[in-house]
Amino acid sequence: MRYVLRRLGLLVLTLWAAVTLNFVIPRLMPGSPTDAAIAKLAQNGPVTPAVQAAIEAQLGVPGGSWWNQYVDYLGNVLTLDFGVSYTFFPQQVSGLVAGALPWTLIMVGLVTVLAFVLGTLIGVGAAWRRGTWVDSLPTVGGSFLSAFPYFWTALLIVFFLGYVAGWFPTSGAYSATATPNLSWQFLGDALYHAALPAATILLTSLGGWILGMRNAMINTLGEDYVTFAEANGLRGRTVAVRYAARNAILPNLTGFGMALGGVVGGSLLVEQVFAYPGVGYLLYNAVTNQDFPLMQALFLMITVSVLVANFLVDILYGILDPRTRR
Amino acid sequence: MTRPSENSPGAAPDTGTALATTSPAATPSTTTPPAPPAPGRRTWLDTTAPGRALQVLGRAVATVWSNPKARAGLVILGVFVLMALLAPWLAPYDPHDDSFGRNEPGSAAHWLGTTGNGEDVLSQVIYGSRISLLVGLVAGGLSTVVAVVIGLSWGYLRGWGNDVVNFLVNLFLVMPGLPLMIIIAAYLQNGGLPMIILVVVITGWAWGARVLRSQTQSLRSRDFVTAAMFSGESAPRIIFREILPNMTSMIAGSFFGAATAAILSESGLSFLGLGDMATVSWGSMIFWAQNSMAILTGQWVLLFAPGLCIALLATAMTLVNFGVDGLSNPRLREGSGR
Repeated sequence: MRYVLRRLGLLVLTLWAAVTLNFVIPRLMPGSPTDAAIAKLAQNGPVTPAVQAAIEAQLGVPGGSWWNQYVDYLGNVLTLDFGVSYTFFPQQVSGLVAGALPWTLIMVGLVTVLAFVLGTLIGVGAAWRRGTWVDSLPTVGGSFLSAFPYFWTALLIVFFLGYVAGWFPTSGAYSATATPNLSWQFLGDALYHAALPAATILLTSLGGWILGMRNAMINTLGEDYVTFAEANGLRGRTVAVRYAARNAILPNLTGFGMALGGVVGGSLLVEQVFAYPGVGYLLYNAVTNQDFPLMQALFLMITVSVLVANFLVDILYGILDPRTRR
Repeated sequence: MTRPSENSPGAAPDTGTALATTSPAATPSTTTPPAPPAPGRRTWLDTTAPGRALQVLGRAVATVWSNPKARAGLVILGVFVLMALLAPWLAPYDPHDDSFGRNEPGSAAHWLGTTGNGEDVLSQVIYGSRISLLVGLVAGGLSTVVAVVIGLSWGYLRGWGNDVVNFLVNLFLVMPGLPLMIIIAAYLQNGGLPMIILVVVITGWAWGARVLRSQTQSLRSRDFVTAAMFSGESAPRIIFREILPNMTSMIAGSFFGAATAAILSESGLSFLGLGDMATVSWGSMIFWAQNSMAILTGQWVLLFAPGLCIALLATAMTLVNFGVDGLSNPRLREGSGR
């Protein structure tokens, strides 16, 4: 219990630091993001004093009091008020984020879980049959695939399966004629559009899980208790799964937790190539259009979700491996 | 990971084939035979003679070379290094020379064709290796140094300082790398290569520190560390002379990992159009190719060639890591003459 409380305290402290960091970054930058933002917003019509005050609270006033801005900013964050987007004027930032989140969560989230499960299983097999083709094929193939730049794999897949073969749609999350609803027809359409981005993420992330599990497993297989279990005449599969893999998976859980936290950030490069309307694509649009309110809100959200995931992994780790509790 | 018995001179099963870092130095010069066999007690850090250090380094390279995967990686890496060094002589044209026809297919004059701006693709690919290698070397090296110093101290020392470091590392770990890089790059328009390197280091060191810390924590409770503590050695000495040599392979591994990540980050930033667009790098080549709709015009070489180079370079680094893993962990060594 003390362990959990300590971690919880740390979480709160880190959350505060991340929020503060998000406040400090634009203010440390050369030039004035605020002026640029107001100039940009003025193109859409007159800027009211209220809007100007909101921007100044978010991005800083040159020469203004940091403390007052900070208090305003914290208030805005707590009420989830991130202001108005410049790119998609006059939509609220929070509304845009809420619209993009489900696409990312479902597509990237499912693929991440799938990649972890598959990669771990293959890694266990590779380590158990070390030195045979079961080992060398996935390790060499996996490390080659994970060395591919994400966006390049995506481009190749778009080119060959999208344009040349024409099997899959090359962009978007659903057909232009469809409207999002919960019918089977729409779900099928969405799945069809998610196939290529999902395949890209699976291909590029699988290798890391395979290698991580294989190496951890090889180390565990050398431990005395594994030799002892084998000497006791236990079946090979029992030794591999119940004795070795169970312990070898621990370090990989940390990575998995981080990856799950990262899901919220989406897969920026892949979403950009496929124009998939998720969080990553939204962030890309915000950055290329210098849409600072949207950028700040997305960055904060991504950071907070990674933080919370990290906290949960810490707790889980403490339960699974009592040695780390001290 | 490395149990004392594995590395101690007495229990070396594969004597002939290069027990690289630890035992060669340990056998002859140990003055006080320690009761528990202490791996890494006398290592390359202790050898004062440079000739000796070179010899040990040579053996380390030989160990890495003895792994077929790592050998392939070293060869590919070598080719890219030569390509970067000899770029002015190898490249047929200046990479910025846009006096040729636009979107030309491959020909005798332009083996890989020309870009939408009329530049020679092959020359750009050759010059692009310079940026990637530079970013990998500098950014990877810097983040490894930071990771080693922080990771080892953090794993060894206990007390309130531990919580402070834990807090800091967690903070850097949770800042999601790519989004943070992109945001800083968006504020610092045209910051150039130093900006990219700085951002890569800021976002890249924490992971290595965390990995090295957990290994330090597990080594910390080993007998040879306890012995060193009881013999009154100072904390920095125990950390950097007793524990660090046992982690040589992990540190080398984390360097290659960080360098790979740096190369991929640079290409990703350039691909999004956020890098230094004036320099020719593999990532910016793909950015321009996508901008000029190279896929639709059928000029897939424009996308394919630079991307393949990035993938090959990153793979080479990963392959080298297989051999590096075997440096201080004989269990991961392959073909060790048994």
